Amino acid sequence: MKVVIDDNMNYLQSGDDIISIKDLHKHFPKLHVLKGIDLQVKKGQLISIIGRSGCGKTTLLRCLNCLEFFDSGTLRIAGITLTRAKSEAAISKSIKQKSGNIRKGFRTPFKPTDDEAELDDDFHIKVQILRSRVGMLFQNLNLFPHLTVMENVAKAPIIVKGEEKEKSIRRAIQLLEKVGLKDFMKRYPYQLSGGQAQRVAIARALAMSPHVMLYDEPTSALDPELVEEVLQVMRNLHKEGMTQIIVTHAMHFARTASDMVVYMEDGKIIESGPPEEIFSNAKDPRTKQYLSIVKD
Amino acid sequence: MYNIENRIIKLWIAATVIACLTLTLSAQPSKKILRYGADASSGAPYVFQNPKDMSQLIGFEVDIINEIAKDQGWKAKHVQNEWDGLIPGLERNDYDVAINGIEITEDRMGAVNFSIPYYSTFEQIVVRRDQEDINTMSDLVGKVVGTLDGSLAQKILEVQGGIDIRAYDDEAKSYKDLEFGRLDAVLIDEPVAKYYAGWNPQLKLAGQPIGEVTYGIVTRKSDTILLDQINRSIDRMKKSGKLREILEHWNMWNFMMAGFMDDHKATNIPHIYYNDYLESQGKHITFFDQLRRYIGFMPMLGEATLVTLSLSILSMLVAVTVGLFVVLLRVYAPQPFSGMAVIFIESIRGTPLLIQLYFIFYALPELGILISPFLAGVIGLGLNYGAYEAENYRAGLFSVQRGQMEAAISLGMTRNQALRHVILPQAIRLVIPPMTNDFISLLKDSSLVSVITMVELTKQYQLISNTYFNYIGMGILVAGIYLLIGLPFVKLAKLAERKFTVDKRKIIKR
Repeated sequence: MKVVIDDNMNYLQSGDDIISIKDLHKHFPKLHVLKGIDLQVKKGQLISIIGRSGCGKTTLLRCLNCLEFFDSGTLRIAGITLTRAKSEAAISKSIKQKSGNIRKGFRTPFKPTDDEAELDDDFHIKVQILRSRVGMLFQNLNLFPHLTVMENVAKAPIIVKGEEKEKSIRRAIQLLEKVGLKDFMKRYPYQLSGGQAQRVAIARALAMSPHVMLYDEPTSALDPELVEEVLQVMRNLHKEGMTQIIVTHAMHFARTASDMVVYMEDGKIIESGPPEEIFSNAKDPRTKQYLSIVKD
Repeated sequence: MYNIENRIIKLWIAATVIACLTLTLSAQPSKKILRYGADASSGAPYVFQNPKDMSQLIGFEVDIINEIAKDQGWKAKHVQNEWDGLIPGLERNDYDVAINGIEITEDRMGAVNFSIPYYSTFEQIVVRRDQEDINTMSDLVGKVVGTLDGSLAQKILEVQGGIDIRAYDDEAKSYKDLEFGRLDAVLIDEPVAKYYAGWNPQLKLAGQPIGEVTYGIVTRKSDTILLDQINRSIDRMKKSGKLREILEHWNMWNFMMAGFMDDHKATNIPHIYYNDYLESQGKHITFFDQLRRYIGFMPMLGEATLVTLSLSILSMLVAVTVGLFVVLLRVYAPQPFSGMAVIFIESIRGTPLLIQLYFIFYALPELGILISPFLAGVIGLGLNYGAYEAENYRAGLFSVQRGQMEAAISLGMTRNQALRHVILPQAIRLVIPPMTNDFISLLKDSSLVSVITMVELTKQYQLISNTYFNYIGMGILVAGIYLLIGLPFVKLAKLAERKFTVDKRKIIKR
């Protein structure tokens, strides 16, 4: 079946949340990673998720883009609603699976394989549409090394949306201008600094006209002096009204740029609220303790 | 940015289509032709290439089979096969009869039918000129003795016992080894001894005739009518004196044939072909003669090179297609398909190519699948190398970072789109060097198809060098041809590698 992807955001009634997560659970082999996540995000908000390594924040982000499939709960994002209730038996089976199997790792994460029966008929199509509406940025700079900067940005709309080549290239040039890299469009990724590469990656995601952008520690692999140029792009997008969720260790950015800060620990959201409230007046002792360690 | 990719795919499809057409056309049978199987490298005076004109096949058996065909109003056509494979090839229906010094024995008669004998002879001991103490079978005990593999002489040596037997697949080499001193004596059918050792000043025939050997034409058990026709023709040749004439031409009329046909008259039929042969062997060759001779080989070597090249290129096309299909199954398909891909790879990789070729060529016809030698070669080599290619490609796929797939997926691409536009273009660059390796190796492994009746470069080398006893010059010539035809592909691979490499110094992996 052909997946029709449209760019308008008609699904959103005024006042609705663009992202709504209810009681989301996710199991890894021998690990219950997400233990019931609830989160609402309004259009145009910039959310920072903070917390210790292994608290589940990256997994939560990957579930929002269906790079991981959550086991149970409801996810509504960019007009797509996915509900899953994986049976206890299926969960315990997946928990017992051996981890670290390279071949499995290559195959499984992009399509749910177990218990196909419990899925809606149009589950795969919904996932396809969802991914095209939700852009994602990774910690390790995953530009396509065999393509030029311009091709990196222009390729996906041509392949996924069937866009005309000329149109896609025009738009790619605009986007590269926006992230300040128009002069670099003929270069290859290996010729870029880390900060430049991450900005190209943002342009590449934006080329799909996403309704939501997700960032998984976008600056943690960068040299300190390159961090600011990437964060600046995100601030600009915030001004333009893009909905953004950032998993980050950059506390200063979380404090100054976000509309809401979410603190996670042990697979649960411990506390969330406006940055000033979290950073200077956290209610939960666990949040306080974590912030006292990472305070910059 | 997609043009080159498309062009390559189009070329590939075109090549495959042409290949299929060639194969279908080459498998056409013809009528009123008596196809006879014989090994042209088995040498004089049976069936061999004329030293004066290598494109011509001569020998007393060629004369006999032509005479039979003439008698029946057919046309005889030679089909090349290794001597060991003559009877299996007959069962495969690659030819209608086999005639090549095949001795009439009890165990062979279980599998095939023999015509009435057309020749009768004996085994002959040959030693070095200075060897005085080997004259009888019992003198051979404790000695190193060469003979032809699977021949009656080998059986006689085994029955004698206590002899260190060395079996050769062609007789010329056994006499060469006798000259070098690796052997003390050689026991082979008398005509061979006469033609390969008789004129050689280093060697001599020794002792009395041993045993009795009779040759018959082999037909399939089911072809009783054909057998009858052949028997009647041989009978007529005997009565008309035509058989004796042929044998006299080749200086092969002996006391056994005289007794066998009860024909003790003296004749003055000249040994014309024997004398021609002696002349060609004994002649002193100048450098320019040699050069002229090598130039004379060129058309034949050129033809054989074309066979080797087309076989290798088509096999590689099959290998690449099979390899791609199998690796995608292995890496991305669910069970049981990925498991089947693993079993395919392991069973092909873990068994000898030679046995696979024999299986495709000789065993499949028993299941009702009959394919031409060329097609069998392409399939055998293609499947074998396909298994290796699959593993090459797997290495290529895994060397592309997992994050690349995630990035493509998160841009909304399906897995197939991601594979085609993101993963494969990166993997190709990495698999070009091992693929080039495999192709060069395939070029040489293609010589194995001589076991399934194909005459390619290495087989042609054997044929020529056995006719002229020229192993060094021909060896260098043919090795040089292999080297030359391999080089353009190495160059091509380098160009392709450069095309797919973005950074000529290094790709920074992030």
